[in-house]
Amino acid sequence: MGIEEVTVADRIPLVDYLVLDDPPHLTAHRCTACGATYFDRRNACASCSGGAFENVDVASEGTLRAYTIVAFAAEGVPVPYVAALVDCDGVKVRGNIVGVDPDPAKLPLGMKVRLTTFPMGTDSAGTEAVAFGFTPATTTTGAPA
Amino acid sequence: MSDDVWILGIAMTRFGKHPEADTVDLAVEAVQAALADAQVTMGDIGVIGAGCLVESGAGIGQRVQKQIGQTGVPVYNVANACATGATALRTAIMAVKAGEVDYGLAFGVEKLSGAGLLTGNTRDDDGDTWTPSGRFGAVASLDGRVGTVAMPGVFAQIGMEYLHDHPYAGTPLELFARISEKNHAHSVLNPLATYTKRLSLSQIMNDVMIAYPNTRPMCSANCDGAAAAVVVSDEVKRTLSFDQQRRAVKVRASVLTTDPYVDGCQVLPDVNTLTRDAAEQAYEIAGVGPEDLDLVELHDCFATAELVHYDNLGLCEPGGAVDLFESGATWRDGSMPVNVSGGLQSKGHPIAATGIANIFEVCHHLRGEAGDRQIVGARLGLAHVIGLGSACAVHVLESTAA
Repeated sequence: MGIEEVTVADRIPLVDYLVLDDPPHLTAHRCTACGATYFDRRNACASCSGGAFENVDVASEGTLRAYTIVAFAAEGVPVPYVAALVDCDGVKVRGNIVGVDPDPAKLPLGMKVRLTTFPMGTDSAGTEAVAFGFTPATTTTGAPA
Repeated sequence: MSDDVWILGIAMTRFGKHPEADTVDLAVEAVQAALADAQVTMGDIGVIGAGCLVESGAGIGQRVQKQIGQTGVPVYNVANACATGATALRTAIMAVKAGEVDYGLAFGVEKLSGAGLLTGNTRDDDGDTWTPSGRFGAVASLDGRVGTVAMPGVFAQIGMEYLHDHPYAGTPLELFARISEKNHAHSVLNPLATYTKRLSLSQIMNDVMIAYPNTRPMCSANCDGAAAAVVVSDEVKRTLSFDQQRRAVKVRASVLTTDPYVDGCQVLPDVNTLTRDAAEQAYEIAGVGPEDLDLVELHDCFATAELVHYDNLGLCEPGGAVDLFESGATWRDGSMPVNVSGGLQSKGHPIAATGIANIFEVCHHLRGEAGDRQIVGARLGLAHVIGLGSACAVHVLESTAA
């Protein structure tokens, strides 16, 4: 294996709908017939059964529609953390709220949030995986607390 | 001849720990009790709908037949998440309604004591190298990294989303804990419930947090249990004894829905639209409205779920679920008693049994046999169950006894 290959693939997104451009952003598959958007690989559209999709960038700013503070989880999942549903300009996105205390008082529903990315570890081949979350838009964007 | 279908017999085991009984034992206990309640035998039954979600590949219907009656009739082993039991019952109802059989049997059973999180108690290993896989091209397990897959947190968000759409000035934890307080108070009167202890609001709020705002007593209890029902056609019911006819409960509506596409439904499960659809269809078929109901058993898998289903089942004005609860209407002495069994939070939630057990509770009241917890004069009731994925069943049931 050549060194070049390692350097080319030195970062990889946690999910394929996270694009590690500058700035990083999320992308979605939009049905060209009805406009329904999806993050997963599609066979067809669940809304209209159409089979044609285009990739669209998802807004990186949104509002907090719902959250939970997970305090008990499967072994291997660090707790507590904030799992949330964010509305990014009409596209609903699942993600964690990071960079804020897991405290209901810090998580008002409707709060403005923005996308952030952070490293989640390097594998045995030296590749760094990059995860995403949302951080309150009123505070400095950066790594999670 | 009408194509009405009647519940002739129905029973449930005590929900809770049954270390001495295996899955088949529990199912047999419920089935034999339902047959005895109906005053019929396995030889009368023309079709069997059967469910056991955690053993869904193991043919629970035939395993029960092999203990109590291999009559050669068709068995439909069904799996539909938490709506499995109701789906089994609806399968039997459809066979009777189609005129294929006179009598149908349905049962659901589960052994779940100590099961923990139903989505798994250990996160998948990340492996040696980040390798994209699955439909999101994920290089690692997403649980905990992109939200949560565990039910307490999923349903917590469903409750919180309701408070986003219908702004609430109070503290979510306290609101949902008060719903749980109601159901635990109701459970004191139900000898078949897993937990029958009244809990104070502060006990519930200060118990172990699972996924805010759901603390442990606000989550449905994993437990063992089974429930079973015998249904009969209208034509055959008319030939039965006075006592059988008097206790028969009419199925005014039996509806099963899945979740239709709505924006965002594949991001956070939408338990609302399919419940609304099922309720609207059931009310239309039954020719009744929510105001006609004397009691409701709804799927309070978490305290946060109960709130949204007040609205989904039309028990309140759109957006008025908090007001309905705060009016006291859903307590057993209120105008719209909800979950007088104690609900899943106290009675327990042996998954495949739940969708028949909630119908048992409604029938028990409609027959005037609910003892200390009887809702006096109950004539019309609704049972609701939802399984994520999703499937929703709504049954409207009526007593015709004088």
